[in-house]
Amino acid sequence: MSTMEPVLTVDGLRTHLFTRWGTTRAVDGVSFTLHRGETLGIVGESGSGKSMLALSLVRLTPEPAARILAGSVVLDGTDLLTLSEKRMRKLRGSAISMILQDPHQSLNPVFTVGNQLAEAVHVHRPELAAAAVRERVLDGLRKVRMPAPERRLRDYPHELSGGMKQRIVGAMAISADPRVLIADEPTTALDVTTQQRYLRLLREIQRETGVAIILITHDFGVVAEACDRVAVMYAGRIVEQGPVREIFDRPRHPYTRALLDSRPRRDVRLDRLPSIEGSPPSLVDPPPGCRFAPRCRLAAERCTAEYPELTAVAPGHETACWRWEEVS
Amino acid sequence: MGRYVLLNVIRGILTLLAISVIVFFLARLTGDPIDVLGPENMAPIDEQALRDKWGLNGSLVEQYFAFLGNAVRGDFGPSFKYPDESATSVIADRIPRSLQLGLAGVLLTVLIGIPLGVLAAARRGSWYDRVAKGIALFGQSVPEFWLAIMLVWVFAVQLGVVRTSGRAGWSSIVLPSIVMAVFGIAALLRLFRSSMLDTLGSEYVKLARLKGLPRSRVVWKHALKPAASGPLTFFATIAVRLLTGATVVEIVFAWPGAGLLAYEAANARDFPVVQALAMITSTAIVVMNLLVDILYAYLDPRVRLGQKVMA
Repeated sequence: MSTMEPVLTVDGLRTHLFTRWGTTRAVDGVSFTLHRGETLGIVGESGSGKSMLALSLVRLTPEPAARILAGSVVLDGTDLLTLSEKRMRKLRGSAISMILQDPHQSLNPVFTVGNQLAEAVHVHRPELAAAAVRERVLDGLRKVRMPAPERRLRDYPHELSGGMKQRIVGAMAISADPRVLIADEPTTALDVTTQQRYLRLLREIQRETGVAIILITHDFGVVAEACDRVAVMYAGRIVEQGPVREIFDRPRHPYTRALLDSRPRRDVRLDRLPSIEGSPPSLVDPPPGCRFAPRCRLAAERCTAEYPELTAVAPGHETACWRWEEVS
Repeated sequence: MGRYVLLNVIRGILTLLAISVIVFFLARLTGDPIDVLGPENMAPIDEQALRDKWGLNGSLVEQYFAFLGNAVRGDFGPSFKYPDESATSVIADRIPRSLQLGLAGVLLTVLIGIPLGVLAAARRGSWYDRVAKGIALFGQSVPEFWLAIMLVWVFAVQLGVVRTSGRAGWSSIVLPSIVMAVFGIAALLRLFRSSMLDTLGSEYVKLARLKGLPRSRVVWKHALKPAASGPLTFFATIAVRLLTGATVVEIVFAWPGAGLLAYEAANARDFPVVQALAMITSTAIVVMNLLVDILYAYLDPRVRLGQKVMA
């Protein structure tokens, strides 16, 4: 697994959206560390800020609404947030790259797959001749186990299946040997068997290249299958993080607990799956205390008054809950 | 692809046949041309000579097929107004002049309208975008004849930098081509702005940026090409209108092109010339649409084989 050499260190990241209706604190003080060769899962429901977090890491948040206000994103010793756009652009795809949610929307419908793949290589290695670019493109396609890669180059995206398209996107993402790969719900738009195969493929690529992966998902099943560590996001903040096994066995945050309980399970028969009462808070002017407090069974007076910072409860396991000892 | 082109060609020919029927019978709706154009109390022998000359013998259907047969060979009969010339040769003089003016108009439309629209979308909400929207509103609402007269008044009468009208020297093409282009510029600006906003917000544009491409490359390649097929249809309409002679502009600037000729011929009830112009204009539209269909297939590979399109 990981050798615990940090590749990406995010500290106090804050990205807010400025809209007509007010300021949305989409990412509100997020810190985590990603190590070489590991997969970190970021779990949360829709609107928890996980996609905005991913876009903040590559500095492609929607303009002009979103602004990164504070924090640092240090990749191999360089704080990405302090770079000029020109230098940042050179790192996109080559040092840090990303796979988007829907493969059907991710590829440009009017250019061939070969063209779009070659472009990703050429932009970072302009000195390569056409034949060398082609070789690298084919190499990338082989890495994602694409059958008959030569034949795919002249295909247009509409001629391929969803799973094939997502593999093309994967090939594109790793074509310049990035250190960090962010996958934003990469399997949500795929059917279940294709999902499994894709997650396994990411694992294999990781073993071959040592790339560190951030896997964003709303599905604890995906986490169990593909991640080493997991960070749970709620209302713009990380509320708990730690090794996957540890979190599954001993969740120390009521929200994590509730998420785990609301999964369908094979070994327990239930008439109805439990669900979390209420809905996530508005991220415009959130309350000062714990943001989960209004929905929490354990909420006490302190919880609504003061925000609990992340504290270590076991080696590598942190939670942001005043009453974590009572969560079981 | 060959099949796709062939189908479109056949459709174009059928369209032209339908138009020829309309053109022929519309002209006949005003009655027998002899009654309208021949001298009163004409001797029967003179009338017969005139009928032979203008191809007015036999039933209406026979006349139509005679008209069609001749038209295919480019013969629309002698002009009524200039009896010594054929309608085709009258037009042949004028077409290149209209083409010249129309081409200048089309070039201005494309070279100004598309970049303005692309930049307006790329800098959405900026002062530039607001100015562009103003230009679009002005261009689509200003009447051509008014703009033409205003430009003549300012640049020819007050400043004296160009001639008021006619066709002499390169500078005489400037004002009419600007007037012709204004509407198209405004239309293309708006169409490209809105289709570019769609593509700029797409996931594939986001992915192109994620690959590390410069923003300009993403805008002009990844967003522009898929955005172009929508406005293309409209562009074809504008281009044909400009290339086949813009009547109002040619009248105001006394530009001796096909548009001015159409106006003169209609006034003089010169049916062969009107019919010939109508057929040539229609052919131009059909050919243009064919080109657009082929261009579509180039721009969007999903169009190439109708049956193979997947969602």
